[in-house]
Amino acid sequence: MPALPDGVPVPDDGTLPPWVSDAGPDGVARPRDGAFGVYVHVPFCSVRCGYCDFNTYTAAELGGGASQVEYATTALSEVDLAARVLERAGLTPRPVSTVFFGGGTPTMLPAADLARILAGVRDAWGLAPGAEVTTEANPDSVTPESLRTLADGGFTRVSFGMQSAVPHVLATLERTHDPRRVPDVVRWAHDAGLEVSLDLIYGTPGETVGDWRASLEAVLATGVDHVSAYALVVEPGTKMHAQVRRGALAPPDEDDQATKYELADELLTAAGLTWYEVSNWSRDDARACRHNLAYWRGHDWWGIGPGAHSYVAAGPASGTDAGAGVRWWNVKHPRRYASLLVEGRSPGAGRELLTAGEAQLERVMLGVRLREGLDLAVLPDAGRRAVAGLVARGLLDGVAAVHGRAVLTLRGRLLADAVVRELTA
Amino acid sequence: MPHATAPELIRNFCIIAHIDHGKSTLADRMLQLTGVVEPRAMRAQYLDRMDIERERGITIKSQAVRMPWQVGDDAFALNMIDTPGHVDFTYEVSRSLAACEGAVLLVDAAQGIEAQTLANLYLAMENELEIIPVLNKIDLPAAQPEKYAEELANLVGGDPDDVLKVSGKTGEGVEVLLDRIVERVPAPVGDAGAPARAMIFDSVYDTYRGVVTYVRVIDGNLNPRERIQMMSTRATHELLEIGIISPEPIPTKGIGVGEVGYLITGVKDVRQSKVGDTVTNAAKPAGEALGGYSDPKPMVFSGLYPIDGSDYPALRDALDKLKLNDAALNYEPETSVALGFGFRVGFLGLLHLEIVRERLEREFDLDLISTAPNVVYDVTLEDRTEVKVTNPSEFPGGKIREVREPVVKATILTPSEFVGTVMGLCNDRRGSMQGMDYLSEDRVELRYTLPLAEIVFDFFDQLKSRTRGYASLDYETAGDQAADLVKVDILLQGEQVDAFSAIVHREKAYDYGVLMTAKLKEIIPRQQFEVPIQAAVGARVIARETVRAMRKDVLAKCYGGDISRKRKLLEKQKEGKKRMKNIGSVEVPKDAFIAALSSDASSGKEAKDKKK
Repeated sequence: MPALPDGVPVPDDGTLPPWVSDAGPDGVARPRDGAFGVYVHVPFCSVRCGYCDFNTYTAAELGGGASQVEYATTALSEVDLAARVLERAGLTPRPVSTVFFGGGTPTMLPAADLARILAGVRDAWGLAPGAEVTTEANPDSVTPESLRTLADGGFTRVSFGMQSAVPHVLATLERTHDPRRVPDVVRWAHDAGLEVSLDLIYGTPGETVGDWRASLEAVLATGVDHVSAYALVVEPGTKMHAQVRRGALAPPDEDDQATKYELADELLTAAGLTWYEVSNWSRDDARACRHNLAYWRGHDWWGIGPGAHSYVAAGPASGTDAGAGVRWWNVKHPRRYASLLVEGRSPGAGRELLTAGEAQLERVMLGVRLREGLDLAVLPDAGRRAVAGLVARGLLDGVAAVHGRAVLTLRGRLLADAVVRELTA
Repeated sequence: MPHATAPELIRNFCIIAHIDHGKSTLADRMLQLTGVVEPRAMRAQYLDRMDIERERGITIKSQAVRMPWQVGDDAFALNMIDTPGHVDFTYEVSRSLAACEGAVLLVDAAQGIEAQTLANLYLAMENELEIIPVLNKIDLPAAQPEKYAEELANLVGGDPDDVLKVSGKTGEGVEVLLDRIVERVPAPVGDAGAPARAMIFDSVYDTYRGVVTYVRVIDGNLNPRERIQMMSTRATHELLEIGIISPEPIPTKGIGVGEVGYLITGVKDVRQSKVGDTVTNAAKPAGEALGGYSDPKPMVFSGLYPIDGSDYPALRDALDKLKLNDAALNYEPETSVALGFGFRVGFLGLLHLEIVRERLEREFDLDLISTAPNVVYDVTLEDRTEVKVTNPSEFPGGKIREVREPVVKATILTPSEFVGTVMGLCNDRRGSMQGMDYLSEDRVELRYTLPLAEIVFDFFDQLKSRTRGYASLDYETAGDQAADLVKVDILLQGEQVDAFSAIVHREKAYDYGVLMTAKLKEIIPRQQFEVPIQAAVGARVIARETVRAMRKDVLAKCYGGDISRKRKLLEKQKEGKKRMKNIGSVEVPKDAFIAALSSDASSGKEAKDKKK
């Protein structure tokens, strides 16, 4: 993962700013509406892929509570800390709406360990009725049995990192799984009662539009109800970055990626999967990933694990020094993470207290990415004045704008960052 | 003794030399030998006052130093008048020469004479100065004194054995040279009883003293506390101080016939004390001014703009200050769609432009963009209205009867093996050959008439690169000529970008158009729409490139851990927008203008490199 943001220190015991409390000026608590999510980062992989900049490690033995066998226990100690910190901060306890295990490769851990962490989350806060519990997985790190164990342990959804159906593209990405296995793992997951999402990457060096079409068709053949498709980004510090720099690989071409995005939207839509976020498509609203929607809607979440980020919005009380929300992130290395928890200290490496302006910018930046769009009423005057031009240039949907929402057109989705800059000018 | 020195004991001379042929070092040795500067006070190139001069090894402002020199029983006073060594300052050179009776022609014994030296030599010969040919740097292993003595003897007439051989570095031969100056340079002649007439050959602004004016007395004398009069303007001033330089200013009781010294009147602007003007006594004025005076005339123009628009007032103040010390500098405010508020500045030539620009950046800490330099055009419209164009974007449209452009007489010295190459270059640049002479077996002097505009556009760089650095160039203005010139405009999405307009010969318009559109295509970032870049002459498009529309501007992935990073990126992008200029609806980063303009001003780039 990229370098952690710059921030201010997190207090040793993880105490949150007083203004996150649910207590109003009168001292009476006003529980918040938004969902509460838990993210669990599992920092292990069998190999590191050339394009990957996530916080992950391939060694099984990191020692000091950070090894794979000890990881569940270590993560659970942060769950305990989280429950204490939130209670002390004056947040009304809420059951967890969504849990998401990401990585790394969460399925590098035994399914039983993942279930044990989930149980700890349930013990701390309870799970809301119909809670969504997702794990990411590699197609080559699951079996029919492990998937059944996950389902039995309370998981409802699995997201497979398929990336491509084309062997030479997978080779460039240094993915080790056999693409022929994907239909099987999808079937096994469905058989176990899990919802399934497939993740794809487009714009890999050497990938033709034909290759990309083949990948999309392979995805659709599995009958999944959810697809994520991401343009490849060559991040600094990755092996692929070095390969591009020395000319061994061609850098991704934005026009090529745009063409592939349009093709993806065309094929997925034709197959009954509609976009609900710039890079996500689902069969219907119920099949959208509610955990990710919570990020984009600005709800609260706690991120467990090394390098994980967390966010808690401000409560109803306000003062001159009150922020609009607090975001923090944990130390990156699993061993340092584990040792802080062993000492009873917060693993937080730093945090930022968002100003109202920053929170507003994030709200626009994230909200615009959704098909539900953004309430135009939250925009500053200059942003609202920009709407007409954006509609005229075919970047925002005119009908939605009339109804008071900023919703991107297909072209607008490809230029979403430019739209955000204009809306927040 | 100043004021009491008989003209017979005075020798006024200058040194004519190419930039790096060792004039300043030789001057240093003379200062030491005559005892004017103590060895421990000596620093290299003592007379070059400004940092830039010292660093670049060139002399911009001339000065005059009085040195005592004993020959036999007679104590002589030698006035060494330092002349500027560059083509841009020909007028100042001519006035310095007019203050002398003799000139030391100093030539590097390893390189031979260069074109600029030759031009100044001709100027000195026209002024009937006694020429003393000298070869310098005879200590260098590569020196070929015999060969170049022959060359010098051919140029000035006389015997190669008469050419003195010195080393400014070791001091060898410098005493002989001083003796030779006394022996050969004629003593000044003037009428001591006539009304005072003194010629200004330099004036310099000093922060503490105001303007310091350097003069050579021709007739009569000047004394402290007199009222003096400038004969060109009839303005009068009180003479607060008068003195000589040796090498620091020393006030005296006055200066008389043949003497060289300085005047201080308390005026604050060098424009009140113009080079070439005649100073006389206000109470007893001379009837007639000395000849040769003319106003400095800017030949090359360039737009100077602060990169940070809020520096505009600072740029204006800086120009106002530089102007005090630079009579040739003139400027007017101008506005550019692309570059904002700035000034159109007139210069004597390219070096003058570079010096001014560098001083603005260095002494006043300004970051500047300068537009490609251009010359002045006289345009006559069909209805006989005349328009003077100093900014290409103001070139009139519509029916034009005639366009006149300045031309120069250029002298190029080149090893004979490059004659064909140089002739090809001059031909490309619309030159017409006036003559050709062999200076020696392997060196040729070519004389051309060329449009100044062609010289201003990277001619010197081309000449150097095509002759592996061996050719040298000098030129002097030689009136103007009618030419088939057109304005090429550059349009971004149909909007003219004023900073890129250029006036070129009709036959070169296409090349310029192709060059600029291709360059801009590389520099202008993709927009949400297609941006045509066109070069046009009038309404006719002669070259076109297209910046394709940007199709993708979105970060595909944005989950919990990405939000802070993404927000900061967005804030940075919004900040970056402030450094954008809008040409119509096209956003162009200011850096793009700098990049597009700086690659043109190749000589400016060179100056930058030197700075580093």
